[in-house]
Amino acid sequence: MSNKKTPLNTWTRRDVLKASAASTAIAGAPMFFTRNAYGADYLNNPGDASSVTLGFNVPQSGAYADEGADELRAYQLAVEHLNGEGDGGMMNTMQPSALKGNGILGKKVEYVTGDTQTKSDAARASAKRMIEKDGAVMITGGSSSGVAVAVQGLCQEAGVIFMAGLTHSNDTTGKDRKANGFRHFFNGYMSGAALGPVLEKAYGKERRAYHLTADYNWGWTQEASIVASTENIGWTTDQTVKTPVGAGDFSQYITPILNSDADTLVLNHYGKDMINSLTQAVQFGLRDKSVNGKDFQIIVPLYSRLMAQGAGDNVKGIFGSTNWHWSLQDEGSKAFVKSFGAKYGNPPSQAAHTCYVQALLYADAVERAGTFEPCQVVAALEGHKFDGMGNGPTEYRAEDHQCFKDVLVVKGKENPSSQFDLLEIVEVTPRAQVEYPHDHEMFSGGALGSCNNGAA
Amino acid sequence: MNKSATSDWLLFLCFTVAVLAMPIWLKPFGADYPDLMQRFAIFGIFAIGFNILFGLTGYLSFGHAAFLGAGSYAALWSYKLLTMNVIPAVIFSIIIAGIFAFLIGFVSLRRSGIYFSILTLAFAQMSYNLAYSVLMPITNGETGLQLNLADPRILDRAAGIEATNSLPLPNIFGVATTGMPGFYFCAVILIIGFFIALRITRSPFGMMLKAIKSNQTRMAYTGFNTRPYLLWAFVISGMYAGLAGGLMAVTDPLAGAERMQWTASGEVVLMTILGGVGTLIGPVLGAALIKYFENIFSSFNKSELQEVFAFLPEGLADIMVSVSSMFVGKSWHLTLGLVFMIVVIFLPGGIMEGVRRMGRMFGIGKAPKEPLSVANTQGSQANG
Repeated sequence: MSNKKTPLNTWTRRDVLKASAASTAIAGAPMFFTRNAYGADYLNNPGDASSVTLGFNVPQSGAYADEGADELRAYQLAVEHLNGEGDGGMMNTMQPSALKGNGILGKKVEYVTGDTQTKSDAARASAKRMIEKDGAVMITGGSSSGVAVAVQGLCQEAGVIFMAGLTHSNDTTGKDRKANGFRHFFNGYMSGAALGPVLEKAYGKERRAYHLTADYNWGWTQEASIVASTENIGWTTDQTVKTPVGAGDFSQYITPILNSDADTLVLNHYGKDMINSLTQAVQFGLRDKSVNGKDFQIIVPLYSRLMAQGAGDNVKGIFGSTNWHWSLQDEGSKAFVKSFGAKYGNPPSQAAHTCYVQALLYADAVERAGTFEPCQVVAALEGHKFDGMGNGPTEYRAEDHQCFKDVLVVKGKENPSSQFDLLEIVEVTPRAQVEYPHDHEMFSGGALGSCNNGAA
Repeated sequence: MNKSATSDWLLFLCFTVAVLAMPIWLKPFGADYPDLMQRFAIFGIFAIGFNILFGLTGYLSFGHAAFLGAGSYAALWSYKLLTMNVIPAVIFSIIIAGIFAFLIGFVSLRRSGIYFSILTLAFAQMSYNLAYSVLMPITNGETGLQLNLADPRILDRAAGIEATNSLPLPNIFGVATTGMPGFYFCAVILIIGFFIALRITRSPFGMMLKAIKSNQTRMAYTGFNTRPYLLWAFVISGMYAGLAGGLMAVTDPLAGAERMQWTASGEVVLMTILGGVGTLIGPVLGAALIKYFENIFSSFNKSELQEVFAFLPEGLADIMVSVSSMFVGKSWHLTLGLVFMIVVIFLPGGIMEGVRRMGRMFGIGKAPKEPLSVANTQGSQANG
């Protein structure tokens, strides 16, 4: 064995040279075939093509899959309406509107979909596929702030527009804000500001709150927001406990509450986590308890109808806030509920609403800018004021790309009339009460940076 | 000239050409975009490294994702603190993962078989949970570690690269490593990694590892202390995983704790088994196949299927669409599961066994890939 040559030492210098020349030629060849080899003026410019591609990146599996499925339905409806099919939905009520019902800038809207799996890695892989392979000029979706922040960062680096779906963390338009990213949905601070006065009226000034919080950026910022606004009305905070996302069983976190001095539980949970933690809290008898002469109360700051459906009777009488609810009676909401219901047979969730609106707002901004070029679309969206989209007069603030509008405070209905009629609107908190300066301490530490159009 | 040497070089050359030419031959499969090809290369490295441990020694680690995650975090911190150049990032990710593998291996290798697997799984799951809780200042929890405009980046500052209004991109001396340059960077490292794995397999050290697989007790009786060999195999394979994790951060500067989850550890086991345990090419093929399913099959939706089956008469097309939609889109796991079952039942040696059988069928029993597979007991049983 030892007197044999080892397998790899048998090449002459000439062989090596030949091989390396061959590999260089092969390595170089693909450079001529890549999409951006010629100097495009911006990434994924549809040019003279008759259609334009949008990317819908939503969770189709995991704790937020229900929301994701509803988001996808809303996007498909928005594409129909943009292409002039169906009854047009909110396109008829949106003001001002540059939409013509013939696609965007006369190009038919096509779309690609992907599963974020509610994981940053998977979401970014899926968004990259849409940008690199399918040529999407805009990515939208997401039902978790962790994912939204990750994908927003990716879109900024790549040079396409990101229209955030359901993301409620202060960070999305706070410390992680990006020039190419826009959020229509409200945020944790707004929930806190809207809930504070309502809670004061309902439960008084002297309460002791115990927080269970989903352990990621959304949970942290919502907890901070609610703590700030409840302490503002005189409440004290007993403890704040972080729980893992998708925990399933929350009993180990609920037992200590029974032995604590707290008389209010704040559940900073969303999706299936909220359904599980609320159901278990009720099963453990928290709501039948009375501490310091006060009835024990539970608060779910971020509510959705899908969650209420999952938690059943347990949501009765529980306060929370929401971005939009299908029972609103303005023209925009009615038009949207009607066309969504006609197509899918059930009313849309707030996730579906925000995604539908984001798709229309993007299309409208492109029409106004007269181009898909991201930086001009950003300019068209910044400071844009609109109405007729279900939330009353709304503004996309230029400094942080956050929409400012009224916030709904809701309560679980005691006597629901149908399986969808689970929440009643307690108060429509006016925009002025939930507004904050863009450099507010909960939102500081980030910068939009400059917009990126991906031109090589 | 030595026969096996020739075929080794032939294999290495074929591999190099195939990897570098990916953008051309992947076009018909719709997989010729940079992100997916980067993934092919990165997970190829991960699987090659895993195979050094599992394929050669037979020790099945269920915790390799921990090294993948550690590598990603190390690379990200190198970006944040030192420089956006990817060379230090890659080196750090290998070193950190190596140290981490040494510590975990030192403890886990006191046991073998299922106990070893469970120990590694436990350590990986511990790392995952630590990343979510105690280590939050290092890992940034669920949100994941990301670059910031305000990061110090000492070396970049010292070199006079000023912070701008937009986030810097990872680069190799000024060339950004995203997109196609990122793919070529990963591809070159994959080729180097493959070469090293080839040398290890052919070396006396590799022979020792294979001997451990075939009969560890006899090795001990003949006077060999097998544990240092095992530990080195474990560390090397952990370094490969760290390298893969570092490369993930090279092509996309973000690190999340989900990279350490047990599903990620399980994925590399699947890749290796699907491709062929103990073969050199197999793990790379398995990695590519799984990543292809994850990225391409999951993206098909109903409207695309309708286009595919548009040539059929209306009723039939609808049936085909509704049947096939059960296997694509969000159900891609189902398809992958079926493929995995078929491979394990009919080709216990993985895809590479299929390749060998085909080679034999066409009468080229000594196909170039043949001598590479180490003795594969499972495969030969099925053949017999």
